[in-house]
Amino acid sequence: MNSGIDLQGSFIQTLKDFGLSTGLAKAIWVPLPMLLMIIGATVGVLVVVWLERKISAAAQQRIGPEYAGPLGVLQPVADGIKLVFKEDVIPAKADPWLFTMGPVLVVVPVFLSYLIVPFGQNLLVTDLNVGIFIWISLSSIAPIGLLMAGYASNNKYSLLGGLRAAAQSISYEIPLALSVLAIVMMSNSLSTIDIVEQQSGFGILGWNIWRQPVGFIIFWIAALAECERLPFDLPEAEEELVAGYQTEYSGMKFALFYLGSYVNLVLSALVFAILYLGGWEFFIPLDRLADWIGVAETTPWLQVVTASLGIIMTLIKAYFLVFIAILLRWTVPRVRIDQLLDLGWKFLLPVSLANLLITAALKLSFPVAFGG
Amino acid sequence: MNLAEGVQIVSFGILAAMMIGTALGVVLLPNIVHSAFLLAGVFVSISGLYILLNADFVAAAQILVYVGAVNVLILFAIMLVNKQENFAKLPGRLIRKVSTAVVCFGLFALLGTMVLVTPWSLDTTSPAVINTVVSLGEHFFSDYLLPFELASVLLLMAMVGAIILARRDLIPESVARQETVTTSLTLPERPRELATLSGNEQQD
Repeated sequence: MNSGIDLQGSFIQTLKDFGLSTGLAKAIWVPLPMLLMIIGATVGVLVVVWLERKISAAAQQRIGPEYAGPLGVLQPVADGIKLVFKEDVIPAKADPWLFTMGPVLVVVPVFLSYLIVPFGQNLLVTDLNVGIFIWISLSSIAPIGLLMAGYASNNKYSLLGGLRAAAQSISYEIPLALSVLAIVMMSNSLSTIDIVEQQSGFGILGWNIWRQPVGFIIFWIAALAECERLPFDLPEAEEELVAGYQTEYSGMKFALFYLGSYVNLVLSALVFAILYLGGWEFFIPLDRLADWIGVAETTPWLQVVTASLGIIMTLIKAYFLVFIAILLRWTVPRVRIDQLLDLGWKFLLPVSLANLLITAALKLSFPVAFGG
Repeated sequence: MNLAEGVQIVSFGILAAMMIGTALGVVLLPNIVHSAFLLAGVFVSISGLYILLNADFVAAAQILVYVGAVNVLILFAIMLVNKQENFAKLPGRLIRKVSTAVVCFGLFALLGTMVLVTPWSLDTTSPAVINTVVSLGEHFFSDYLLPFELASVLLLMAMVGAIILARRDLIPESVARQETVTTSLTLPERPRELATLSGNEQQD
């Protein structure tokens, strides 16, 4: 298996050819992928906001945004600019420090999780040994920020919303982690690269979605609950809690919550694509196809085509899942808080435990198909 | 000194300063909620130190368990039971403070001598990236098997205890209905009847 394009190696080599020292070349390289990832995540949010407006308009037989740019694509930019220029109000009896730190603590871990999202063999910020586990542990920081925002606002709706949000994300983290664990058990590694590698080779037939039919449903439900998407958007249920923990927020701090929730949605969709839909793999095994038509694996143009196809495939899969999440928002009614906790603790938790045990048993009995 | 070493030293300095600062904040701040939030800062900086020691899995587990579970639990406890009471004057405050200082200083001296006396065999070459998860698992199921199993039994006991406490029907009524004090900021617990609307008739 060749490793494809090594951008880092060639970039550093080019700089060294210009006469820079190795340390300096590495220091110039280090911030580049991080910046690219932050910009990519933010642009991804703009796309999701536009999609949400357009798809929800279609679901309600409206037109949606259409004046700002062609087909209204600049509408989310206009939204963002509006939020930037709004006055930043801190309520009189609020705790100013915690009030400011709350949104920051919600947003930063979500962006940090993009560290482990691969778009190709070498196209990720860093390939950690603990890969997917970092995502789970970073997403457990968000409840602290939500509690902070809810408490600091000095408002009963905010406090209730913050407590609800924290309770919800703690309860759904467990089925989420258990369903990820089943995948990790099959691929013998926590690294996202290894998880995708294990699904490659057979095209669409090799994807984990066929081996984990229960796991992927649990994962998707739990991920929607973690992102507070509509069937589970209790923390900000408008009819009960005004806007939950966001009630007192305005301007850029509100925009941070908004950004955080959409980045989290895209991130969950990307992780779903990596875990269950074969990440950057195409529907048919490309290397076999290349072998069959007689092109060597190391041909430069083939590598470029494979790499760009990988990025496109990852994004297509992720945005397909985002599309499903948006459609769910406009078709499914909101659950009650007791139904939500019942679903999490009494249904998803036992089912995901059983799924884990069955996966372990299948791995022992059919090591060929379940990654022995 | 190359790039990696410089980054390590700088991040160690930042993490150590952050840890000491937040830990002092936990002890010294008058508002208990601020202390609880700063505790999260202490846990995060400890996790950063684990990363510097090449223990990536332990660092992630530290964040997941301590920040994501323990600290959130502490915050829940503080926010749900927000009892406001004035501190009563304690007799003999000076003796209490002096004895606390003696104990703290003794512990500090003990740890300090331990650091100075122990012959640290420091390896200056940084090891290659190893799969920490695999080595952790090997240790858990060989030489650390007994502590591992004991810890799991302890957690099981805690879980059983929590379930017993949560299921009010296992506790006699007289014990369960003791606490009726509500302060202005307490969130009253939802009456159990609401949850079982359908099964209401048989009970009444």
